[in-house]
Amino acid sequence: MDLAEEAAQEAFAIAAERWPRDGLPQHPVAWLVATGRNRAIDRVRRERTLEDKTRLLEADQPAATMDELDLDDSTIPDERLELIFTCCHPALAVDAQVALTLRALGGLTTGEIALAFLVSEQTMKRRLSRAKAKIKATAIPFAVPADRLLPDRLAAVLAVVYLIFNQAYPDRGDLAANAIGLGRLLAELMADEPEVYGLLALMLLHDSRREARVVDGQLVPLAEQDRSRHDRAKVEAGRAALERALALRPAAGPYVLQAAIASLQAEEEVEWDEVAVLYERLERVTGSPVVALNRAVAVAEAGAPERALELVDSLELGDYRYLHSTRAELLRRLGRQEEARAAFEHALRLAATDPERRFLARRLAGL
Amino acid sequence: MKYALLIYPKPGSHEELGEDEYKSVSAEYWAFREDPRCLGGAHLQPIETATTVRYGGGEDLIIDGPYADTKEVLGGYFVFDASNLDEALEVAQRIPAVRLGGAVEVRPLVEVPVETAH
Repeated sequence: MDLAEEAAQEAFAIAAERWPRDGLPQHPVAWLVATGRNRAIDRVRRERTLEDKTRLLEADQPAATMDELDLDDSTIPDERLELIFTCCHPALAVDAQVALTLRALGGLTTGEIALAFLVSEQTMKRRLSRAKAKIKATAIPFAVPADRLLPDRLAAVLAVVYLIFNQAYPDRGDLAANAIGLGRLLAELMADEPEVYGLLALMLLHDSRREARVVDGQLVPLAEQDRSRHDRAKVEAGRAALERALALRPAAGPYVLQAAIASLQAEEEVEWDEVAVLYERLERVTGSPVVALNRAVAVAEAGAPERALELVDSLELGDYRYLHSTRAELLRRLGRQEEARAAFEHALRLAATDPERRFLARRLAGL
Repeated sequence: MKYALLIYPKPGSHEELGEDEYKSVSAEYWAFREDPRCLGGAHLQPIETATTVRYGGGEDLIIDGPYADTKEVLGGYFVFDASNLDEALEVAQRIPAVRLGGAVEVRPLVEVPVETAH
């Protein structure tokens, strides 16, 4: 069931960025899946460098300024907010937004970003210089957007940070720390925006499960995770950020809702009824069938697997792999062995990572 | 900075409008010209009037029809002087073709030094 949950997290980052413009995508996670395979990296070196960089961020020092981007040699550290809105301007391609943000505010070198996105350093260098050239040639403003533009532009910034976090998930703690560092920076710079705290809370709460989620290369579903391996400090920090968000405005946006769900799931005894209600609200806000899939998971966990299966079968998600793994799990719980077997086999064919494959194969063997 | 706002209406979208609607949309287009930031613009005649000139096989060719054989064709343009891309994009978003299903491409102009400008 955890597979479907991860899916919402991944796909939402794209949904937040694209769906309002493009409508429902054919393959919501294709972008991340394409970049999420076979990550070969020099972990030790990266972790050491990133630790230093993250510490820099946390110590409230500028990781970089627009200066490093050769855009304006007069910028000063206090202009980080302007900088992030420039880097995440919608006139830039999303992959360029991500790269610029990591370069200018995440403190990564071009080579490190290239490694994270599995492209050559040359390619990343070109991507960055094309983006910088466009900023300059088209006069993308180095400014905090006017109030009437702010909601859309802030959503773009948050989507970029969440995309970085999801790129890191589930096995790239270094990049996740960087995304959380960016989240903290945003919270410091925009202390009155509930969604900023919502995103920070969401990332902290999800990251708190990192150690428990993949054990010996095996993906462990939330229900089976060793909760003593959850990072309590991150859970508490996440909840503090969530409370801050909820105190700012009663009407909850998509990140606040997701953080609230993650907070409920951090409890020893998860109140699945409440989780289902929150997913329903999230579904209304996002219109996303991936969120609806997660609602179905919560409904099943709350004790209504038949109702959950009805929900799943009403979704139009095609060959979206988590649809099939969720369906298979529901059929298994309902004791419909043969249908479950077919669904697990289908899901296995669609699986994109080794931990997923092993998880599904284990389920299949246990039928 | 000067920006060209290249207008690509959804094919047929303006022709489908009722008479009153057409008048009010036309008035909207004209209103853009009143904006002090607007440096000019044009509404092109339909694509059936296009003639393309090229050079090929050692001779000048004059051919009936548009250069690119695409469904979406340039219907007109404005040139705006805006302080940055956001300002130009806001103008572009108000162009009626956008809400009628078409699109506007925003391109900055190459800066021409004053002394060589005609």
